[in-house]
Amino acid sequence: MAARTDIGPPDYKTMLPPVIQRNYGKWLWHEILKPGVLMHVSQSGEALYSVRAGSPRLVSTDHIREICDIAEKHCEGFLRFTSRHNIEFLLDDKDKIEPLIAELKQRGYPVGGTGHSISNIVHTQGWVHCHTPATDASGPVKALMDEIYDHFTNSKLPAHVRIALACCLNMCGAVHCSDIAILGIHRTVPKTDNSRVPNVCEIPSTVASCPTGAIRGDMKNKTVTVNDEKCMYCGNCYTVCPAMPIADPDNDGISIWVGGKVSNARSAPMFSKLAIPFLPNNPPRWPEVVNAVKNIIEVYASHAKKHERVGEWIERVGWERFFSLTGIPFTDQHIDDFDLATETFRTSAQFKWR
Amino acid sequence: MANTDTPLLDELEKGKWPSFVKDMKEAAQKNPMAKDLLHQLELSYKDKIGHWKHGGIVGVKGYGSGVIGRYSDRPDLFPNVQAFHTMRVNHPTGWFYKTDTLRKLCDIWDKHGSGLTNMHGSTGDAILLGTTTEHLQPCFNDLSDAGFDLGGSGSALRTPSACVGPARCEWACIDSLDICYNVTMTYQDKMHRPMFPYKFKIKISACANDCVASIARSDLSIIGTWKDAIQIDQKEVAAYAETINIQKEVCDLCPTRCMELNGRELKIYDEDCTRCMHCINVMPKALRPGKERGASILVGGKAPIVRGALLSWVVVPFMKLEPPYDELKDLIERIQDWWDEFGKSRERLGELIQRLGMRVFLKAVGLPAVPQMVKAPRTNPYVFFWPEDIKKEVK
Repeated sequence: MAARTDIGPPDYKTMLPPVIQRNYGKWLWHEILKPGVLMHVSQSGEALYSVRAGSPRLVSTDHIREICDIAEKHCEGFLRFTSRHNIEFLLDDKDKIEPLIAELKQRGYPVGGTGHSISNIVHTQGWVHCHTPATDASGPVKALMDEIYDHFTNSKLPAHVRIALACCLNMCGAVHCSDIAILGIHRTVPKTDNSRVPNVCEIPSTVASCPTGAIRGDMKNKTVTVNDEKCMYCGNCYTVCPAMPIADPDNDGISIWVGGKVSNARSAPMFSKLAIPFLPNNPPRWPEVVNAVKNIIEVYASHAKKHERVGEWIERVGWERFFSLTGIPFTDQHIDDFDLATETFRTSAQFKWR
Repeated sequence: MANTDTPLLDELEKGKWPSFVKDMKEAAQKNPMAKDLLHQLELSYKDKIGHWKHGGIVGVKGYGSGVIGRYSDRPDLFPNVQAFHTMRVNHPTGWFYKTDTLRKLCDIWDKHGSGLTNMHGSTGDAILLGTTTEHLQPCFNDLSDAGFDLGGSGSALRTPSACVGPARCEWACIDSLDICYNVTMTYQDKMHRPMFPYKFKIKISACANDCVASIARSDLSIIGTWKDAIQIDQKEVAAYAETINIQKEVCDLCPTRCMELNGRELKIYDEDCTRCMHCINVMPKALRPGKERGASILVGGKAPIVRGALLSWVVVPFMKLEPPYDELKDLIERIQDWWDEFGKSRERLGELIQRLGMRVFLKAVGLPAVPQMVKAPRTNPYVFFWPEDIKKEVK
């Protein structure tokens, strides 16, 4: 028998714990009782307690069942996941908090990710399951979170620091507005397989896929040619044309971007800007990437004012100061040469010496 | 030590943060697909390159989306992941679950797939990571019987997502969950049968803190806001004055400097407020969004591919959003119809607006130009006029 189609997702209203059903839309205020524990209080006087725990995001069915066991034992089986892949257990009684946290700690779940902390890293598939990655995703995330673990379980930073990783420029992780973004990049031109292009690729769409116009059709040979000097290795042609592989184990790696945000609080949402153009892929623990991100976090933590996000701090002190404080070398790669590049050039005589 | 055939990945079992390698090994114990995935990943760690071939079109009956085809480029070494397709399962809005629902999902996935998942993927779906072509339809049948459906993929409406909204958050200016669920149910056809120039994402945040990053990650961003005055409880302001420096942490950080602290009383000049949420974030007991609530609608947000990353642009400063959301859905349809008609293959809405002009877009979808749409008017004199605005020469 064929499956029923277009039934849509399970209705979220059937997933809400009774305390939420009773107080839906009636919440008055909240307080972070301690890192990882939120208390929301309703007009009715009732309170909801959310306990937030970290997750590797790539989880086995047994792991999910363990989460279910914990939720059934402590909160009648009601939980949710956050937009940053954390797990939240939803409790209706303050006395249930400590036994739950004790069990989470005993089972190795970090509790935190609230307030002025580093919450879980939003990331993509990487080598685990993607066909266009320039790096792995889960590996660098795990290696980094091991090192900045205390920033998840404490909330002692000036403001939230949102870190995201995307393993190529497609940015399934949409890292382009993160406080710190880790982005996999290629650095060599695609290797066009002229014998396969005629069979597997549509030439006009391959030509159109190139943001810099580096690809030209070669109609006589039913293939395409790449102008190496115009190619900035985005890999979009490969997405459209499988006969143009771009991955290069010797030259692929990671770039680091800083200062983005999506919240409107205080300053408007901003894009992340290039901090480090290239770091090597060095599995299994990507030490160069981990150290670079830790350095940025530490410099930010010791210089930013309370409530200042990474981008707000940098805008206040200036990018020249950011580079001198972090010791990150400034290169010609930092100077934009795509559309609207000139908007980032300095058009005043006002700048700092360092 | 066991499993020394994955020495590189073993390194990632160390450390305090929960390890995905532990989960992969757990699944590998009972599932040959997961076992081959683990070993193929180890090879990637050695070779510093992915081992998945380019795409592949697979699916379930009646749908053009929801399944991502994936094939190993080393089936000689890893025959059990020769075909290893992903199924995107539309999550319950707000990612709320009861454990019996999650357990059903686990049972289905143990029966049909690798036993590995992402909770959740970047767009919001529950990602079932890897199964064979033969298992796709039976897996979908079981999912459907258990009350699940697939999400969007390809050139379709992608699974809409929403922040936690009024289920838990006192700042919710709109019912983000109900809007998301309503839109999802209304547009099942647009999600499951790709017929657009490219992907189209809708994300709904119930306030300007934008917890689902709608301004950066969606073609159509819905962000809750209000029109009247911030609600102030002066008693609670006085209480906060005991614990924080309101002048420094609130007034001085207000982007429009629209508030004054007189002793322990806070005065807000609401006509100057841009509703950024900072003061409310810092003093949630004392300050609340106003009572005349709705949303700003913005369009065009996207990641870099092809013509560069964009943040969404304001096109409707304020829309009241109440069921059945006809005004919103009418706008969504006008926008999608215009994009569908003029968009080139793989051109996102924001890129089409860049190419043809915001002026053309606004006229096509019937939205009036208002100053809230721009940071500043244009600085160049290259101004177009509509033919009907020009006096015809009389002969």
